[in-house]
Amino acid sequence: MDLLTFLQQLINGLSLGSIYALIAIGYTLVYGILRLINFAHGDLLMVAAYVAVMGVGLFSWPWPAAFGLAVGLTGLMGVLLERGAYRPLRRAPRISLLISAIAASFLLENLALVIAGGRARPFPVPQMFTGAFVWGGLFVPRLSLLIPLVTGALLVGLFLIIYRTAVGRAMRAIASDLATVSLMGIDVNRIIAFTFLMGSLLAGAGGLLWAMKYPQVNPFMGILPGLKAFIAAVLGGIGNVTGAVLGGLLLGFLEVMIVAFFPAWAGYRDAVAFTLLIVLLLLRPTGLLGEALGEEKL
Amino acid sequence: MRILNNVAIFITLAVAYNLINGVCGQLHLGPNAFITLGAYTAALLTMTPAEKTLNFLVTPLYWPLSQAALPFPAALLAGGLVAVAFALLTGFPVFRVRGDYLAIVTLGFGEVVRVLANNLQGVTNGPLGLKGLYPYTNLWWSWGVAVAATAVVAALVNSSYGRALNAIREDETAARASGINTFRHLLGAYLLSAFFFGVGGGLLAHLITTISPSLFTFFLTFNLLIIIVVGGLGSTTGAILAAAGFTLAGEWLRIVEEPAAIFGFTIPGIPGMRMVILSLALLLVIIFCRRGLMGRREFSWAGLGRRLRGGVAGSVPGAGKP
Repeated sequence: MDLLTFLQQLINGLSLGSIYALIAIGYTLVYGILRLINFAHGDLLMVAAYVAVMGVGLFSWPWPAAFGLAVGLTGLMGVLLERGAYRPLRRAPRISLLISAIAASFLLENLALVIAGGRARPFPVPQMFTGAFVWGGLFVPRLSLLIPLVTGALLVGLFLIIYRTAVGRAMRAIASDLATVSLMGIDVNRIIAFTFLMGSLLAGAGGLLWAMKYPQVNPFMGILPGLKAFIAAVLGGIGNVTGAVLGGLLLGFLEVMIVAFFPAWAGYRDAVAFTLLIVLLLLRPTGLLGEALGEEKL
Repeated sequence: MRILNNVAIFITLAVAYNLINGVCGQLHLGPNAFITLGAYTAALLTMTPAEKTLNFLVTPLYWPLSQAALPFPAALLAGGLVAVAFALLTGFPVFRVRGDYLAIVTLGFGEVVRVLANNLQGVTNGPLGLKGLYPYTNLWWSWGVAVAATAVVAALVNSSYGRALNAIREDETAARASGINTFRHLLGAYLLSAFFFGVGGGLLAHLITTISPSLFTFFLTFNLLIIIVVGGLGSTTGAILAAAGFTLAGEWLRIVEEPAAIFGFTIPGIPGMRMVILSLALLLVIIFCRRGLMGRREFSWAGLGRRLRGGVAGSVPGAGKP
């Protein structure tokens, strides 16, 4: 393996990892506040991709409009999900909440199946994102540059919101103690809805990037990236936004590198993440940057 | 016949699943992994060497398996035992964690086993699967296993062991403080459920007679989850009723997906509508009547006399009609 190939794979890993990071943030935000794995989060990728396909394909809108609408609608869908499937169960046992999340996920998938049909559809990748640069033997698709740039920009925005605004402060406060925060006169439900909105907007953006990278859209496309992004969030230490980014990038690199260095294992690529998770939970359940998890937090 | 067999197999699976999810209160999302293992093990053991060479065209089967041929009961047992072995192996990482993590790890098992089944062509024949199994599964076997599973699980739940499991579900810290070895108790329940998943998988394989990795996706687990939630988490009776009801309703709901003519209008079938209805039903049950059909109650002859009230809500609502 020479340096050039290594650099090439590094670029591939960076773009895959960035998408994982975007999705993982959604998991980590929600988990930090509600201690809930939002199983339907991965399906929001699919929602975004489908809205974009419909917008460009059916109504032949220009792509910026369709993409903007896709991200916006995905954000709304996330809020709706919280209102419909999670809020009624805020005081229920955890197992009910998880089952509700799984049911919501299946509902989204099968609604998409009913509305759009089971056939995979091609994703309309805008002209300006196709093609690649060639730098002295290094093959860099434009998308591989775009994805980390978009991710970086969104991350900066997110960090500004979390650490520089009143809403962000409320979010962080709820993450550390929900009951006390509600005593302080903060509308907890509104902040939770806002958290879902943020996470879902990022998932929408992640979904579009994913669909441009793998331009095939089907009702079940969100499951695997969703699960892997969740694992990335655990890897980084769930509840920790920086950790989610780190975990996403690491997982992306790991997957790409394993396939690159051991081509014979390519078929096992999807098992890598889960094996990693099992090993991780055995050795360091709190993840890389995670705080120690007490019983009451699990 | 086929439906009745299906009902029995789903009863076996649901009762075993309820032991972990309902009685112990741990959200285990990997039954499909154990069912896959049981199905493949049993199938590989009952096929004759000649059938195996017919099936394994791309990559030949590895040696000891290629010659083995066992009678059906022994193969079923082996399927169960392989599932138990896998459970023993995975039990240690699984029960180090709780709640959401446990759910995701066990979900991962299903995924990993599926990936393995797709790629270990020398054992599983990869995505092609195994075809032409002899349909050994008949009503005697399927119902026999269902009754056995129910009896074993019911006996376990009513024993001090079962009460310990209930204690763990209610408050694990308190249970541990009362001297219950939570890890050992949970592992025991996990192993037992794995055994019945394995045996159920073997029965399923010899009912359908064709198995492939795509048969055992998370979808299977989701169906089982619907069954035990609707039946009432923690109630074996509920699991049995819901398993029977679900299997029959699944057949009945096929109508929705087929073209139908009502009042002279032809409504085209909507593929996937069945699942929309089912997931909506699960969502509504979990939100509005979390206790399910049976709550945590069990059927007893004495209780039958006392109970005149019926009509528990929580069946499939008409909301999903096309």
